Amino acid sequence: MIFSLNSSTVDIDAHPMKRLLDVLREECGLTGTKEGCGEGECGACTVLIDDAPVCACLVPFAHVRGASVTTIEGLGGDHPLQRAFVEEGGAQCGICTPGMIMTALSLGEKPTLRKVREGLVGNLCRCTGYEAIYRAVRKA
Amino acid sequence: MKGIIAALDLHEPSSLDEALRAMRDDGPLTPLAGCTDLYVALNFGTLEPRRFISLWSVDELRTIEKSDHVLRIGALATYASIIQSKLVRKRLPMLVSAAKEIGGVQIHNRGTIGGNVANGSPAGDTLPVLAAADAVVVMRSVDSERRVPLTQFYSGYRSNVLRVDELIVALEVPAVHGKQWFRKVGTRAAQAISKIVMAAVRSPRPSIALGSVAPTVIRLPMTEGALEEGAPIEEAQRILMDEISPIDDMRSTQEYRRRVAANLLGRFWAETE
Amino acid sequence: MHASKTTPAPAVGRSVPRKDGAEKVAGAAKYVDDLVFPGMLHGRTIRSTIPRGRITATRLDFDQRGYTIADYRDIPGRNVVALIEDDQPFLVEREIRHTAEPILLLAHESRDELLRARVEIEYQREDPLLDPERSPTSFKSLGIDKGAIDDGLAAADLIIEGEYRTGHQEHIYIETNGVIAVPQDGGITLLGSIQCPFYVHKAIKSLLGWSDDRIRVVQTETGGGFGGKEEYPNLIAGHAALLALKANRPVKIVYDRGEDMIATTKRHPAIVRHRTGVKRDGRLTAMDIDIVMDAGAYVTLSPVVLSRGAIHAAGPYRCDHVRVRGRAMMTNTPPNGAFRGFGAPQTQFAIEVHMQRIAETLDIDPVKLREINAFRPGDTTSTGQVLGDDCSALDVLRRAVRRSGFRTKHRRYAGTNRGIGLALFYHGSGFTGGGEARLASKASLGLCERGVQILVASTEIGQGTRTMHAQIVADALGVPFEQVEAVQPDTANVPDSGPTVASRTCMVVGRILQQCAEEMKTRLNGMTPIEYFAAHGPLIVTSEYEGPSGIKWDDNTYRGDAYSTYAWACDVAEVELNPDTFEIRPLKLTCVQDIGKAIHPVLAAGQIEGGTAQGIGYALIEQVVMRDGGMVNSQLTNYTIPTTLDTPPIDVEIVENPSRYGPHGAKGVGELPIDGPAPAIVNAIRSMGIDVREIPAVPEVVMNAGNTHQISGGNGLAGSGRREARTSTRGNAAGDPHGHASRPSAPRLPPPTSRDYP
Repeated sequence: MIFSLNSSTVDIDAHPMKRLLDVLREECGLTGTKEGCGEGECGACTVLIDDAPVCACLVPFAHVRGASVTTIEGLGGDHPLQRAFVEEGGAQCGICTPGMIMTALSLGEKPTLRKVREGLVGNLCRCTGYEAIYRAVRKA
Repeated sequence: MKGIIAALDLHEPSSLDEALRAMRDDGPLTPLAGCTDLYVALNFGTLEPRRFISLWSVDELRTIEKSDHVLRIGALATYASIIQSKLVRKRLPMLVSAAKEIGGVQIHNRGTIGGNVANGSPAGDTLPVLAAADAVVVMRSVDSERRVPLTQFYSGYRSNVLRVDELIVALEVPAVHGKQWFRKVGTRAAQAISKIVMAAVRSPRPSIALGSVAPTVIRLPMTEGALEEGAPIEEAQRILMDEISPIDDMRSTQEYRRRVAANLLGRFWAETE
Repeated sequence: MHASKTTPAPAVGRSVPRKDGAEKVAGAAKYVDDLVFPGMLHGRTIRSTIPRGRITATRLDFDQRGYTIADYRDIPGRNVVALIEDDQPFLVEREIRHTAEPILLLAHESRDELLRARVEIEYQREDPLLDPERSPTSFKSLGIDKGAIDDGLAAADLIIEGEYRTGHQEHIYIETNGVIAVPQDGGITLLGSIQCPFYVHKAIKSLLGWSDDRIRVVQTETGGGFGGKEEYPNLIAGHAALLALKANRPVKIVYDRGEDMIATTKRHPAIVRHRTGVKRDGRLTAMDIDIVMDAGAYVTLSPVVLSRGAIHAAGPYRCDHVRVRGRAMMTNTPPNGAFRGFGAPQTQFAIEVHMQRIAETLDIDPVKLREINAFRPGDTTSTGQVLGDDCSALDVLRRAVRRSGFRTKHRRYAGTNRGIGLALFYHGSGFTGGGEARLASKASLGLCERGVQILVASTEIGQGTRTMHAQIVADALGVPFEQVEAVQPDTANVPDSGPTVASRTCMVVGRILQQCAEEMKTRLNGMTPIEYFAAHGPLIVTSEYEGPSGIKWDDNTYRGDAYSTYAWACDVAEVELNPDTFEIRPLKLTCVQDIGKAIHPVLAAGQIEGGTAQGIGYALIEQVVMRDGGMVNSQLTNYTIPTTLDTPPIDVEIVENPSRYGPHGAKGVGELPIDGPAPAIVNAIRSMGIDVREIPAVPEVVMNAGNTHQISGGNGLAGSGRREARTSTRGNAAGDPHGHASRPSAPRLPPPTSRDYP
């Protein structure tokens, strides 16, 4: 099945009902997207499909046919958000970080604190208490 | 992840006609759209059906439009599109309130109103809104189109009157006359299944619907009638507490649900003065 | 080449770049489920579905070809998870003592196939013991005595009693438990999400009966621990090892969220009863405290949790007569275990809410009550430890009161639906008493072409171990922070630095590393590490824990110096009640915390903010619902931890009153922050007149709570007991069906509408 993955066209073979999360981690070899709950609650598996954040654990592979999927690996490692997360302590254990950053990408320029709280409500972090994440997102 | 996918079958129609033909000829097929409920069951290994039909590419089901005074919301409209829709914000703001509280942005981008209705959870957050607004479920099969009021759509706990070859295609909401009100109470501030959820309209005969207090979403005809007849709010609250039979479950107690439902009624009344 | 004459800017005290930050934000850090090995199988654990009984039959209802199946008979060594006691089996032989107890192990190449395998187990059920107070089996009981309790009670003007309850808490590390076992070269390597690699090593050794060198344990990047991966990994590692050895292939076991919630350890629930003698002016004359903890089915670490809880039970207060009795009781529930705070959150919840009730009863300002009784340097604790100048109880209290505007807000909120409350608390660093000496932890430093390598068993689990250790070593050696790196904790390569627990990673292990660095500096004799390595090749220096001299502790009488130092804190919580739904929304947490020295200010603040958020969850929304001895709300949808909209602004002030023993005066920060939020929040609820004495203070509890303005204690006679008049249940003016008078005051602040924080 053909789709765009991190700006490259790819053709991946997998069962249409396989979770996008598993296709990314297994067939595509991209383990940056994490599983935290399997129920769309924690947001650790967040990726962008056509620029919209979704939980990859709830997306059938078939649904990305012809779509553009972006994972944490697609940011390159030096995106302003990534730098800000390092500087502000937004990542402690790091397991929620890829999903958190992918959702934060959708928050736009200089979001208000309120907008950040609402925008990240679907991403759970157990380490930071969120304060450092707000600092990171608003700095970037 | 506990679900076994190798044995699952997926049809992928690209039009409504194609989908309906498959439902008739290749059934039984379980429709899937945003999968925000269905894939949770898959992940937990509790998904029983094996044969599915994806409606995700059937774009004609995503439209939100107005014709005459009826707001027609396509079954595949996501919570995100509902929240952003000027039409819905103007005509059915309580649906926007409900959609905003269904999970976070990831769920908004995938969850659909048709899915919420078809899933029929007693805690479904759009259901009290649709019930209070006297919404109608529009269903189609290859040969027919049916309309059933949302309040008559459910026949019991998680069961509905859809025939095996039918799909929900839209929700039609007549014009709402009166201030709209919505409140959801979950186990935390956001991203929660409701312990109790209420939608109400302050019309001469108020319209009040509750979720999470019965096997299905319910309207409250006795409470509504009392308020229509001018009963003081305290009396209406007492009637409400008798009219509902909530249960104890892992999220809350029947006592809490009863008392809070009454309190929410009072708050609705005070805020829509 | 000569050593550089300019020493680099000190790393300690600066928020230098986090060592692992780049990989984590890039999604490149490898957690256990990211790893695959050639020929790897997936493992699955078949668990009991009853809380107590015996297995009468086991049926494997599937074609077993391609499967590896292991049960207790496959254990070559001892079927015992070696920890404190030898009571917990790796796999059930016949007797079931709790729901989800592991019985059988399966492995297969395909995860789908693994799930298809149907295993039918028949049981003969027995009635489970679920109430710790009715259990006949005490895993541990202990007592602390100071002075003579009866004298203290006799000297009181008033005796105030109270009972306080805390529930289970689930860790919800976002990465679940997972281990891969790889058999190789006559040995076995375990890789996994592990806080204490040497604990796992010891457990596997016992399981297999092998020599040390045949077992290797490697910690993979770990997505949160909080104590939940302190001792539990012994079990999952043992399971993976058994399957791997039987199949002679690598085996990966990673729990899904539901299994992790049901089967792994949780925080011990506790019931704490206080009976306190006070003078009318607020001075404490006697503290009589009884602690019951629910240990679950096996001992695991319950004796130590009870111990720490008991030592902190009297709070940071001076009192001449103290009696503490504690017991950890067996129930037929999954064993409880380590969780950040380790007994102290439970008992400090109790003492701080009790202090609030004392203030209410005596009609004394809660701040003044703390001021009168707070420890000062020179005071003696309940175990007879004389506190030194590193005691900051009064300082943190006063700063927190000032910073939060406590007094103004207390006045302003009176009679409204907002409340403000405080908690004064402390946390001893390191293992209790002689524990550190017994651990005899070691640390090593080595050289490589890039500079210095830190070889310790201390694990990075998010808290910043790699970074903080590197800062300490860099400064001790006078080399740039960039030239110091921590190696992956691997029992084949690092010495046993003790477990990553008890807030000891900086204070104890960091100190050993400092010693080590000082010795290395001598050996380098003026060369830089890079120069030395280039000239002479590798060098390894190892140092061992040298406890502070003069620390005396008696394990039998619980008397002496319990900890070499304590960290001190005061939290102030502001909350708002929704009178329709009885929900408590935290508005703000102000946290003033003395941690001795913030080695890395951003990481230290991160520990405080994160621990505070976990404490908020513990206080208000994290509820484990047990039925028939098992957790029924084992989904993140139903066991709810705080989201961004549940955590208020958390305002942190770090105080640095140095300890004599930690590097740069550091005292330990990992656990202190979680001891305070729950009592501060409940005290804020109480300030609104709502009599809550248990957590989680979910709305259903708040709804049914009585009023705080009730008669308690007697009129000054000892033994007059507690007379409590339960007055009206809480309700709003319109909605109370029972006809009781509702709480008189109307909110003077606008009704709650928005749930959003600014």
